[in-house]
Amino acid sequence: MGHLRFGILIMLAWTIYISFLGVLALLLLPKASVRAARIIALIATVGGLAVTLTAFAQQKSGTIVTVVRIPWIPSLGIEYHLAADGISLTLLLLTGIVATAGIFFSWNIEHRAKEFFAFYLVLIGGVYGVFLSFDLFLLFVFYEIAIIPKYFLIAIWGSTRREYAAMKLVLYSLVGSAMVLIGLIAAYVLAGAKTMNLADLAQFPFPIHFQMWAFPLVFVGFGILAGLWPFHTWAPTGHVAAPTAASMLLAGVVMKLGAYGCLRVAMVLFPRGLDAWGFYVLGLGSWRDVFALLALIGIVYGAMVALVQKDFKFVIGYSSVSHMGFVLLGLMTLTQTGLSGAVLQIFSHGILAGLLFAVVGRMVYDRTHTRDLDELEKINLYKFIPFAAVTFVVASMASIGLPGFSGFVAELQVLIGAWRAFPLYAIVAGIGIMIGVAYTWRAMQKAFIGKAESGSQHPSLPPISIPERIGAIILIGASLTIGLYPQLILSRIIPALNSPLFDGLRKGSW
Amino acid sequence: MIATTYPALFRLILPETIVAATALVVLTVDLVLMRDAGTRLRFAIGALISCIGCAGSIALMLIAPQQANIFDGILVIDPQTPLIQIALLVLTILMILISIESTFTKHVGEYLALVLFAATSMMFLVSSQNLLLIFISLELLSLSLYILAAFDKRSAQSAEASLKYFLFGATSAAFMLFGFSLVYGLTGSTNLTQIADATKGRPLDPLLIAAIVMTIIGFGFKVAAVPFHFWAPDVYEGAPPVSAALIASSSKVAGIVIFYQVMVIGFSGVETPGVWKDHMPVWVPAIACLAALSMVLGNLVAIRQASVRRLLAYSAIAHVGYMLLALVSHTEQSFSALLYYALTYALTTIGAFGVVAVVEAKIGGDKLSDFSGLSRRAPVLSFCMLIFMLSLAGIPPLAGFFGKFYIFAAALAAAPQTLGLLWLVILAIAMSAVSLYYYLQVLKRIYIADPPADAGPIQVSVVSQIVLCLIAFGVALLGCAPNILLGRL
Repeated sequence: MGHLRFGILIMLAWTIYISFLGVLALLLLPKASVRAARIIALIATVGGLAVTLTAFAQQKSGTIVTVVRIPWIPSLGIEYHLAADGISLTLLLLTGIVATAGIFFSWNIEHRAKEFFAFYLVLIGGVYGVFLSFDLFLLFVFYEIAIIPKYFLIAIWGSTRREYAAMKLVLYSLVGSAMVLIGLIAAYVLAGAKTMNLADLAQFPFPIHFQMWAFPLVFVGFGILAGLWPFHTWAPTGHVAAPTAASMLLAGVVMKLGAYGCLRVAMVLFPRGLDAWGFYVLGLGSWRDVFALLALIGIVYGAMVALVQKDFKFVIGYSSVSHMGFVLLGLMTLTQTGLSGAVLQIFSHGILAGLLFAVVGRMVYDRTHTRDLDELEKINLYKFIPFAAVTFVVASMASIGLPGFSGFVAELQVLIGAWRAFPLYAIVAGIGIMIGVAYTWRAMQKAFIGKAESGSQHPSLPPISIPERIGAIILIGASLTIGLYPQLILSRIIPALNSPLFDGLRKGSW
Repeated sequence: MIATTYPALFRLILPETIVAATALVVLTVDLVLMRDAGTRLRFAIGALISCIGCAGSIALMLIAPQQANIFDGILVIDPQTPLIQIALLVLTILMILISIESTFTKHVGEYLALVLFAATSMMFLVSSQNLLLIFISLELLSLSLYILAAFDKRSAQSAEASLKYFLFGATSAAFMLFGFSLVYGLTGSTNLTQIADATKGRPLDPLLIAAIVMTIIGFGFKVAAVPFHFWAPDVYEGAPPVSAALIASSSKVAGIVIFYQVMVIGFSGVETPGVWKDHMPVWVPAIACLAALSMVLGNLVAIRQASVRRLLAYSAIAHVGYMLLALVSHTEQSFSALLYYALTYALTTIGAFGVVAVVEAKIGGDKLSDFSGLSRRAPVLSFCMLIFMLSLAGIPPLAGFFGKFYIFAAALAAAPQTLGLLWLVILAIAMSAVSLYYYLQVLKRIYIADPPADAGPIQVSVVSQIVLCLIAFGVALLGCAPNILLGRL
């Protein structure tokens, strides 16, 4: 039995390889075969999902398991080291689900389809790699691999101001990764330039003055990608310009890379960077206070801006910023409840944002060719594409925290965690949720229910296709499963949070 | 001490001799036997002979490696030297293969012979630690390059480029020679190690400072570091593509390697109390300034370029800035980082110029707009360019990323406790984030812009495609498995 389990976890590395093999197959594919390209992409993503699901089912304890560990650049102590704990497993599962659903929602891509799916799979492969890397050099390599395809996905297949949005997104990401790289190289050298292993570096007692500048540097570096206010501005423009599947990946997975990096790298390497400064600036006494405040501003600001958007996709784009604020707030609580809530929120929002973007970008925009809420109001879409309307209602209810869906458990945990650490912030964040209800309601009403003007019968809209239905069902199913049975993920996250890796953060007990 | 008889000496420089002799053979064969043949055929035969010669020289170095240090450092072969020489020859072979299709000249024999002479001089350059031979090799290299830059006689730009290059190069040679003569006057030696010993512990002498400054200026011109970079953009733009590739790649490797040797070995004794170390050579702050200026100016000016060749020129200036970081930190590790960086950079640059050469030949220009929609007209070529540009931008898993990582880590590790060079590393990383912007401009043209309405697919010759794919593969391989090269440095 032990041997078998080991074997299946070894397979986790194949999530990366399958994706890149898919890219290779696509590159070798003779031209013009859109169908074959789709099938290859689907096989690659479903293969990845199958591997993660199996591993997830097998690995019940959530402790760290090494998948591969071989020397890579021995003279620098850099290893090809893949491993997974409960947090990685959760995020791998998220990646598998969103990636597979994304393929279903890009079933209608005809223009340069081969290249589209190739870039898509490079991105997915990079993301899997980040979540599996336990060597920081390797992690950074995968992190950067995931950046470049986003540019092409948005700039070639996107809409509204696509080239501007793509460049902005890539430059923001790259500035973030430059900050991360500075912190990582400095930490590597300070620790004797012998290893890039995450666990080893986490054990190294970095001087406190170093941690005090390295922590915010690396945290903000990753935070940019996680939509940390005020560095979030790439997110709405990028999400809006991206083609549907890319928006799903951006909001569903890529922003999560940032949050994952904040937790896995910044906080684990430099836990003392969160300690009190010993003095107060504007009532803030530590980096922890600063980032908690920024997260809170993100929650409220994102929600308020979403409330006044005219473009349907911008509503979802800003709501992503707001929901990611909960993740960052959860991280800053430094309590087991808050942190596990943050990881749960990463999962939940990944699924739900993917679903919302799928409805707006694929189901609505590809049919009506408008995302203007005032225009949509005149159409009364509910009559024409009820499936889209129902999906949207379900997704938005789930994301504003309807019990029974994943969003509820996640945000509740974050709020409980925050209540202990920052009571006032918990209240304000609660208000943020209220505003969330308001903007979701407004968007839903305008987009789907609307005022049915007589005589404004819209020319026939194509019905919702089978692939779209499959994609929607996968995502709703995932959210519902976790909402009804959060223990499925929590039982893997909590042991991971209690592993020696988080000793520095935990300081004895949570 | 090895007996320095003529046969023994001849044996030591046999690899260089083979390359030089090949040059003469190519010249003779072309002039005597193939006067009436077509340019294509002459190029093919000439390139074949040249490649065989280079390969023979490589094989000799691999089969019978030697070590030597004779005549006061005139010829120093340490374990690393053959590796650098082999790399330079490989780069030369690739360059010759890329030029096979060119039509810019009828003087095929002379052209190939000059490329081989340049290769010979580079081989001598990296195997010497004596100012005299360094200067002679450097001038032999430069003279070959001046002529190569002017080789497209039909183009006024080529002539202009060559003249500029020559004037700047001659000035820099004068500076360098003046500096060298002062050094000789002060120390009585031209051997780098002896110079270091002679200057060690002596109080700072204004004349010595002047000598060092002159030397830095001279080498600064050769490697095109800011503020001695003015010739680079014009030469890169005007010279025939393959000459530009030679100037940008292998000559840069040889130049920066010898710059490192002269400064780090020769002038290591001239010390002052340092900012980030107790004692450091007096030239370190000056090189740090050159590095910072090159990175900032090169990257920022590259953003505004409309010609891909000029863009590559400014990016080359920026890359010299990164390479100079290795001089600033000058540890053993930084030398191997420098070699890795310079070699992979040279490989990538040859590839990039190879693509530019094809585009110029088929579309007629090197403006960004000429690259519009290339991915749909020549997918393989475009994919190679994607690899080259991303590697230059330092995106993993390509060679450019590991090169940067290694050079930055080595720079920080020079003063591990104080992280003394952190400011320079931060600047370098920030600037390399900027650089992605202009590399993406090229890729944006290739992948995103629409091709001109009447444009059909471009037929790229099989040889060019194979060579470019090989280079792209090499760039990716060296990035994924840096140990292939690193294990030997």
